[in-house]
Amino acid sequence: MRYAKRGRLRFTSHRDFGRAFERALRRADLPMAYTSGFSPHPRISYANASPTGAASEAEYVEIGLVEACDPDAVRNRLDEALPPGLDILEVVVAGPGALANRLEASRWTVALPGVDASTSEAAVASFLAQSAVQVERMTKRGLREFDCRAAVVELSVRAGEDGEQMCAILDMVVRHSTPAVRPDDILAGLREIAGLEAPVPPMQTRLAQGPLDPETSSVGDPLGPDRDAQATAGDR
Amino acid sequence: MPVQSVFAQLEPLLPTVQKPIQYVGGELNSTVKDWDSASVRWALMYPDAYEVGLPNQGVQILYEILNERDWILAERTYAVFSDMEKVMRENAIPQFTVDAHRPVGEFDVLGLSFATELGYTNMLTALDLAGIPLHASERDDTHPVVLAGGHSAFNPEPIADFIDAAVLGDGEEIVLAISEVIREWKGEGCPGGRDELLMRLAKSGGVYVPKFYDVDYLPDGRIKAVAPNRSGVPCRVHKHTLLDLDQWPYPRKPLVPLAETVHERYSVEIFRGCTRGCRFCQAGMITRPVRERSITTIGDMVDAGIKTSGFEEVGLLSLSSADHSEIADLAKGLGDRYDGSNVSLSLPSTRVDAFNITLANEFSRNGRRSGLTFAPEGGSERLRKVINKMVSEEDLIRTVAAAYSHGWRQVKLYFMCGLPTETDDDVLAIADLAKKVIATGREVSGRRDIRCTVSIGGFVPKPHTPFQWASQLDHATTDHRLQLLRDEVRKDKQFGRAVGFRYHDGKPGVIEGLLSRGDRRVGAVIEQVWREGGRFDGWSENFSYDRWASACADALADEPVNLDWYTVRERGYSEVLPWDHLDSGLDRDWLWEDWQDAVNEVEVEDCRWTPCFDCGVCPQMGTDIQVGPTGRQLLPLSVV
Repeated sequence: MRYAKRGRLRFTSHRDFGRAFERALRRADLPMAYTSGFSPHPRISYANASPTGAASEAEYVEIGLVEACDPDAVRNRLDEALPPGLDILEVVVAGPGALANRLEASRWTVALPGVDASTSEAAVASFLAQSAVQVERMTKRGLREFDCRAAVVELSVRAGEDGEQMCAILDMVVRHSTPAVRPDDILAGLREIAGLEAPVPPMQTRLAQGPLDPETSSVGDPLGPDRDAQATAGDR
Repeated sequence: MPVQSVFAQLEPLLPTVQKPIQYVGGELNSTVKDWDSASVRWALMYPDAYEVGLPNQGVQILYEILNERDWILAERTYAVFSDMEKVMRENAIPQFTVDAHRPVGEFDVLGLSFATELGYTNMLTALDLAGIPLHASERDDTHPVVLAGGHSAFNPEPIADFIDAAVLGDGEEIVLAISEVIREWKGEGCPGGRDELLMRLAKSGGVYVPKFYDVDYLPDGRIKAVAPNRSGVPCRVHKHTLLDLDQWPYPRKPLVPLAETVHERYSVEIFRGCTRGCRFCQAGMITRPVRERSITTIGDMVDAGIKTSGFEEVGLLSLSSADHSEIADLAKGLGDRYDGSNVSLSLPSTRVDAFNITLANEFSRNGRRSGLTFAPEGGSERLRKVINKMVSEEDLIRTVAAAYSHGWRQVKLYFMCGLPTETDDDVLAIADLAKKVIATGREVSGRRDIRCTVSIGGFVPKPHTPFQWASQLDHATTDHRLQLLRDEVRKDKQFGRAVGFRYHDGKPGVIEGLLSRGDRRVGAVIEQVWREGGRFDGWSENFSYDRWASACADALADEPVNLDWYTVRERGYSEVLPWDHLDSGLDRDWLWEDWQDAVNEVEVEDCRWTPCFDCGVCPQMGTDIQVGPTGRQLLPLSVV
């Protein structure tokens, strides 16, 4: 299923979402499948969660049920059981193949309030001119240095508005890699290369994630194969 | 006119603070109302971090009861962490509620629930951030009434400078009564301003307004008298007692947070009050008499609570849960209902003598037999007589033997250090007890992997208990005794490694003692500590004994009293105690007799099972014990 993290609930961390989701599954009274063993827990797999504070229109999670259910009914019941702001957008019956493998890239939009578009354009141009841009990030294993340039498939700037304030909006397509390159890292790269500074924390939104078409740099629908499989099964 | 939400200012700053989810609200079952739709507006605060405050039952109950009235609006606010405090000060963002992010200063009432005195400095942070003057005397008609409740409110004198009013006891009915008074006063156009409102509240006899009382002192520093300074104000303010808990089945719709909190469960209070008579226990003394919730109401609440929350754990709360008159039927009934599901039941407070294996088996049907906790409190039989914790060594050994033989591997035992009349030997007796527990466990189970954890807290004498006159043990002696005990446990080759030992040093307890039994002069100490950066004093990483000790030295320099005077000094019968004008229902002479009985190692029975021993509460408060059995049973839930 695809879900969104919107508004103030973008501050929900991955762990917070996990707890809220499991409680919602119980409230929705879905016929959950449980793992066997000493302390059974519901079969849920989360894929590639967005960072705390980032909004998203394209988060993915898979759940296991013990009986066949109508996907739309599952969507409605689960969405009802979750607080507004954590919204279940679509549910399909999982076909063969792992969902996680289809999440090859993400499309992001990042608003930089108080930054004008023309300054950003120059910064983006010099960023793209580099073959590699080293940045540092604190990870669980300590401070790591890695390249944030190679994963960037597409990066462009446009002017936007944030209330009365003008702002620059970055549109980017980023390939999923290890270590993961997040919009934050690309902003760090822009700061490193071209001194682009945001006076207030930027507003990041993931618009899509899925298979990457290298020709067009577009991000496809990762649930497409599941839908196709379901349609084929229906035809048979 | 509607007030502005501060969320727009706050939102861009949230990525810069730790755990931003705690400031955004949006919990399941939370309520946001139109500002103008309500005529009385409450901001309810639990003065600790969100993760501690959100699960608090008291706040959740009052939040729900107030919001059920269409003319009342209630929102919640919690103590912000210091990184957030800094961000708020830099950006001129006032203390806000998490529900609709409205400034706390715009509400009619700021109600604070104090479960511990160590939250006092957090109250000052909230007042200051809200733009409310710290001192009640400097507030005007535009400021909220700052109202304290919770167990600490039974002696609100140390915070008398900062609060406008305090209420004692159960909050369910009095918050509605206060709301009525405010609605009426506002409806009349706020005649006489703030003083008139406070006067109307004080006149009812159920709301304590400190500024309407003068405190006079003797030259030696003791209190000479506390008396009303205007007519119409009662000499004593009484506590509130909710009768018939079945009529008040709250929380009906528990708040379900997104953030991780200290308790993640649906809790039902199965009864309120306790008459076991443990002399150290303030909760047991001030919440009398015992009032049970019936088995069927509890069953209904659990059923609905799980459905609306999605929680997997249910806590059956009370001061001594196994004492419910129908606990066996309740355990079996709930065990049957949730058999095979993932719902687990827990019974957080269980007495050794009320525990039985049938009960424990019911409660662990769907869960693991992780551990059992008992609280003998005193290490020696003699000391347990002093504190009236009537648990014999045989009881304890019999109980743990049963537990270990039925598959439990770990038992946790709670004790206190620094109890009145305690000697080194009393504390060292804890080591003997722990060894006997391990030996018994190994014998009955035939296994070696038996563990016992000994957890020790420092005793703090509390107002409205027989120990309110007692001397508190100084922290150096407390630490010394704990050291002796630790060495005694460690040096034993046979048992030492099977016994875990957890304790805290004695210093925070001394400050808790100062704030528990302090009077109005302690207010200056609290304020100085806060001005010097004191925040979250209940958190060991933030607590600074030195800051409190030096603030005592400064703020009390011109007084004939000091930190020791408030803590280690024993009080006499005739001394006026700072809370004597606040009526918990307990007869003062009965408390004194019980104190003398303690010293003489005389025990007192529980009035639920023996004749009344005249503690004074029921006649004074017009209440009565309300216990079952009702004889009713829990029926299986119908399958939908």
